[in-house]
Amino acid sequence: MRYPKNGKFGEFGGKYIPETLVPAIEELEENYLKFKNNKKFKKELDYYLKIYAGRPTPLYYAKNLSEKIGGAKIYLKREDLLHGGAHKINNTLGQALLAKKMNKKRIIAETGAGQHGVATAMACAALGMKAEVYMGYRDTIRQKQNVFRMNMLGCDVHPVKSGSKTLKDAINEAIRDWITNVENTYYLLGSAVGPHPYPVMVRDFQSVIGNEIKSQMKKINNKTPDTVIACVGGGSNAIGTFYPLVDSNSEIIGVEAAGHGLKSKMHSATLSAGSKGVLHGMMTYLLQDKEGQVTETHSISAGLDYPGVGPEHSYFKDSKRVKYHSATDSEVINAFLTLTRMEGIIPALESSHAIAEAIKVARKSKKSESIVVTLSGRGDKDIEEVQNYLKKHDKN
Amino acid sequence: MTRIKEKFAELNAKNEKALISYVMVGFPNEKSTISAVRGLVKGGIDIIELGFPFSDPLADGPVIQNASTISLEKGTKIKKFFALVKKIRKETDIPLILMTYTNILYSKGYAKFISEAKKAGIDGFILPDMSIEESREYLLAAKNNADTIFLISPNTTKARIEKIAKASTGFLYLVAVFGTTGVKSGIKKYSLDAIKNVKKLTKNKIPVGIGFGVSTPEDVKKYVKAGADAVIVGSAYLKLIDKTPQNQLESKIASFTKNLKKQTII
Repeated sequence: MRYPKNGKFGEFGGKYIPETLVPAIEELEENYLKFKNNKKFKKELDYYLKIYAGRPTPLYYAKNLSEKIGGAKIYLKREDLLHGGAHKINNTLGQALLAKKMNKKRIIAETGAGQHGVATAMACAALGMKAEVYMGYRDTIRQKQNVFRMNMLGCDVHPVKSGSKTLKDAINEAIRDWITNVENTYYLLGSAVGPHPYPVMVRDFQSVIGNEIKSQMKKINNKTPDTVIACVGGGSNAIGTFYPLVDSNSEIIGVEAAGHGLKSKMHSATLSAGSKGVLHGMMTYLLQDKEGQVTETHSISAGLDYPGVGPEHSYFKDSKRVKYHSATDSEVINAFLTLTRMEGIIPALESSHAIAEAIKVARKSKKSESIVVTLSGRGDKDIEEVQNYLKKHDKN
Repeated sequence: MTRIKEKFAELNAKNEKALISYVMVGFPNEKSTISAVRGLVKGGIDIIELGFPFSDPLADGPVIQNASTISLEKGTKIKKFFALVKKIRKETDIPLILMTYTNILYSKGYAKFISEAKKAGIDGFILPDMSIEESREYLLAAKNNADTIFLISPNTTKARIEKIAKASTGFLYLVAVFGTTGVKSGIKKYSLDAIKNVKKLTKNKIPVGIGFGVSTPEDVKKYVKAGADAVIVGSAYLKLIDKTPQNQLESKIASFTKNLKKQTII
């Protein structure tokens, strides 16, 4: 795998961090480089990914949906079937195992919707470690169930009441904790964001998704898919899907949350509507005002509600290797209902953004073509949100 | 010679150390910032850091976070800030340092921001999330224009301290404790050791200032005794501003400053 020099993807990425964190970041990078190709480490991680998390995940041909649309064949990469119900466990197992090898006794993490927090709590429980999770106060209310799940898994949840009280503030607070307890604490970051080496490390741990897609499609079609699609918030499931395929001929599309529409200011479409800036230790596209103040975001899916994006996505946007589109809340609800009814699969609202795009692409493509969509998580957590939306918009 | 360098030379001649204060502009409003600055000058402050708010101040503790949020809510903008600096410049020749986060400068363009700030009367910059690795463009824009004050920490390695000291002008900012700004945990031995270590490594080529968690005359005294060339007090000032009525602000800040300043005269 390519390793970015100085942690840079073109001009993006890097390490914009308080000096206190430099030794910790350097220690992390050194250990990551040491263990990522270590046979024993890889074997242990593979074991947990297979026997604990449930890898490999199936690549499911969505026959009913594909035939109804009448275009390309749509395949779903079923990350929703993983333990915990989302792709997040790929990364938390990798990092928790690394933290253990580094002899770190205390794990901290941030979470938005709670999926990464739950996946951290699970990985830490399985590996016999203790985790503390920072979560925006607003999110602890929106996603109460995940707070209970984390508590039951033996993990302390700290509600964050500063700023917009959502994911970006949870990251700020986790970084502040790390600065304070830098000597014994491992920060288990959940998306492909933050200072180097996090974006590359999270990408590598999530690349199992794209690598499996490659070999599964080879068995089915003897080639890579014509199109691959994944949703992008911070962008971890997307980078894991895309990265192993960037050197292929596949068309690659990332889908951001357009919320109430790109012109409404009520969205989280960082790459589609943002500008370059520095946040959370990285140079990347951001949603910000003219003065460089980071603005608040909106998405029907809490997991995409983030004003930044992984720096490698910023690089793929500018180099035009990946196209970044967006889906509005209403398109997402339609996609959610369509997949649920046609295939009996309830997708997470995050993943429903990718489904919405897949439906659009399939309509315009030939029956001989294939589309792979990463179904990053299951939608059980979103039922209430969907019900509320339907009630409000009288679609029942 | 910049105002900051002149100030250290002047203090050195008098056998004094520098007292540096931090105030967040627009907290709780612009009028109180003016009064606070007047009080600081009256009280004998040597250098003033003006904080410009950022939406995501990840190196700051609760006091500065709160001041940041309020300042933004009150409508603090870059243009207004430069106008305020000009106003302060008419009253005093004291060195003024802008402390904010990298994105505020980056989003306007380093060169453009720095030259406008300089025109308004800013002498130097402190950016807690600007690492030496990412600083090329920033340093280029500031060269011969304004001082670039970098931070180091008690856990910074020898090689890095030397590298960072080379890129710093004005002074070197030593973070006293592992933690964010305003955390009060008493003076640690490792902080005092860090001063001695950094002073030794930098061989008096650049003054060393210490800050984070410094709030009392006793704190200032201990750090001066350990060899610091400057002591920086931030959150304690914001707390005082927060609880003092506007009409008493100038005098309260002046007397608080006098008590701190006494400890820097050896």
